[in-house]
Amino acid sequence: MTTPNQFQPSARQHAWRKFVSGAMAGLMLVCAAVVMAPIFLVLYFLIREGATSLDWAFFTQLPKPSGELGGGMANAIVGTFVLLTMAASIGVPVGVMGGIYLAEYGSERANSWIRFMADVLNGVPSIVWGMVVWALLVVPFKTFSAYAGGVALGLMMIPLVMRTTEEVLILVPQGYREAGLALGIARWKIITVIVVKTALKGIITGILIATARVAGETAPLLFTALGNNFWSHRLSEPISALPLLIYSYAVSPYDDWHRQAWAGALVLMAFILSLNILVRLLSRDRKFT
Amino acid sequence: MADLSPPKPIAAGPPAGASSAVPRIPPSIAGGEMEVAFDIAGFSLWYGANQALFDVDIRIPTRAVTAIIGPSGCGKSTFLRALNRMHELTPGTRIAGRLRLFGEDLYAAAIDPVVVRRRVGMVFQKSNPFPTMSIADNVLVGLRLNGVSDRAFLRDRLEASLRMAALWDEVKDHLSRPGISLSGGQQQRLCIARALAVQPEVLLMDEPCSALDPIATAKIEELINELRASFTVIIVTHNMQQAARVSNRTAFFYLGKLVEYDQTRTIFMNPSNSQTEAYVAGRFG
Amino acid sequence: MKRFFDAELETFRSQLILMGETAIEQVRTAVKALIEANPGLANQVIAADDKLDRLEVEIDDEAVRYMNLRAPIASELRLVIVGMKASHDLERVGDEATSIAKRAIKLNAEPQLKPYIDLPRIATMALEMLRDALDCFLQVDEAKAIAVCKRDAEVDNINRQLYRELTSFMIEKPETISRAIELMFISKSIERIADHATNIAEEMIYLSQGKDVRHTEELKKIPTA
Repeated sequence: MTTPNQFQPSARQHAWRKFVSGAMAGLMLVCAAVVMAPIFLVLYFLIREGATSLDWAFFTQLPKPSGELGGGMANAIVGTFVLLTMAASIGVPVGVMGGIYLAEYGSERANSWIRFMADVLNGVPSIVWGMVVWALLVVPFKTFSAYAGGVALGLMMIPLVMRTTEEVLILVPQGYREAGLALGIARWKIITVIVVKTALKGIITGILIATARVAGETAPLLFTALGNNFWSHRLSEPISALPLLIYSYAVSPYDDWHRQAWAGALVLMAFILSLNILVRLLSRDRKFT
Repeated sequence: MADLSPPKPIAAGPPAGASSAVPRIPPSIAGGEMEVAFDIAGFSLWYGANQALFDVDIRIPTRAVTAIIGPSGCGKSTFLRALNRMHELTPGTRIAGRLRLFGEDLYAAAIDPVVVRRRVGMVFQKSNPFPTMSIADNVLVGLRLNGVSDRAFLRDRLEASLRMAALWDEVKDHLSRPGISLSGGQQQRLCIARALAVQPEVLLMDEPCSALDPIATAKIEELINELRASFTVIIVTHNMQQAARVSNRTAFFYLGKLVEYDQTRTIFMNPSNSQTEAYVAGRFG
Repeated sequence: MKRFFDAELETFRSQLILMGETAIEQVRTAVKALIEANPGLANQVIAADDKLDRLEVEIDDEAVRYMNLRAPIASELRLVIVGMKASHDLERVGDEATSIAKRAIKLNAEPQLKPYIDLPRIATMALEMLRDALDCFLQVDEAKAIAVCKRDAEVDNINRQLYRELTSFMIEKPETISRAIELMFISKSIERIADHATNIAEEMIYLSQGKDVRHTEELKKIPTA
């Protein structure tokens, strides 16, 4: 005869345990659903409020003076692209090269400091960036400008691009670097032709994420690019951007402007969403072996 | 003060007079007089404060296969990587002693490690063809990145290297496919072809078969046997039978020291050190 | 699959074949030296024994080397072990040939005791057995190997018959004793050569089938071809 196992639960205990387990799993499912809810809320409101105001004129016309109906945000759309291009031309080279330094050259000690500072920079509130660049580029030149806006966004991109570049470079197996070195190839050639090329998708992904992140920034632009209602012809002049125009339209008293703000938000969101989808596609098969 | 006397030939094999009583050894195993490739004396290596190699004295012959054996952590991979200064990738390493390749001090101040590695190629445990490159590009990358652009020359080297690596017949019809589309054993042979393409004087192999199945292993061993005729091959292996099969000479490392170094035949059949005897029989390590 | 060191075993085989041929030639020459009363041939045999000794050492050494360095598979291991044993048997055959040659020199210095009829007969039988046993090494033929083992009994019979005959010589004419004893030893040597041939035949069965037929009833059970 065998002694009954004391750790064997009774039928009642067993049923209770199963119930608790099921309840907890259900609770977690609800929490997961709550995480997803806001994105649907955002999309729902944007489409409901903005879709009706989207028309050809929105993409082609300048904003109309207050009181007049119609008009569009063409200058802001172009302005956003101009600002992002300028930001990328600062953020990408500096960020990528900084990331390469971190991953390939930096000493342990220097790296931990650089990483720490990059992480702090990442956490600097965007309005602070705006103020700093305002003090740096707007005050001395006595004018708001596209340059200042681009620099503000570019500076924000640097730590993001740098950290993601570093991370994907570290993921490239050491074996490729060693194989290159063992062939008597100079180190910088190995890094550019072999390592960076292997990690290129990941680096582009990082750049896109950083671009998406700064594309919607408003605060730093308020102090730098300022925004306007017409075409900007010089980068040394203020320039408009979608978030700026959305902001100023949304706080205005006119219903027509409110509608256009929703439409602008929808366009901005669609742009950022498509960047994110692109990231998804690029990073789907990121394997190095 | 460095020893400037010319390297003395090491007495290898049986004394000349005794040859009639000695069985005929297949040429692949024969020792005899050797031309020294690596002449190493009093070589020590430290990782920070840890000493990994202690006072190693060894002369490695050219046009022969030398096997380096020993339990994990005995310093054999470290030793191998010191031969083309690959250990310098690990920060905080330091060496002492003499390490010469065909009479030239590889650690002299004027010597660029990149040039050393061009002369002393290496094949790794895990096959590592560059994932962004085709089979052909993988083979030629070492030449291209060193500035060779003559198309006819590159084509010749491509075929010659793949032939030497016994891979040509398998890949000649799809040279533009990605290198990583090959099987594991083929990838390793591709890596060997890549290393051979830059025409090194020495080929270091760090456990080249440990990730391969027996058939792929046999193919690599055949290849090593072929390379013997024209190269200096130094192979680190955990497989005693592999060392016994492919090498002319065997060095047994233990705890960072070179315990015994002799003709493979002697190491396996009549080692002078009891640790060596136990190790090659698989009794420890 | 084919390996680069397969040639080593081929060399090993050919060394063994060379040794077998040499041993057969030694026995043939030694018996010929006796029958033709040719001391030159006998001295040739004595001088050539060194070659067999050397071959035995070479084969043993190569066998040990192969076992040490090549991790032989089962059939290779049998070949190598059989090679060692057969080389030992062949070396002993060579020693018997030398012994016959030495006795031939002594006998030929004196008048012939009797016409050599049975001696050439068993010598031929022993040589045939040796030849057949070695043929089995080149081409596996179990029936042939078994036949070799069976023929050993015939050689033994003739040997015993010769003993009786020589004993009666010695009883009748004591002055023949020394010559008769030499002939007895020669007969014994030939009988030993047949024994070695039998050993080799048994080894060949082991080589081809991994079956050890020594000291078993199995040989007797198999009907003669």
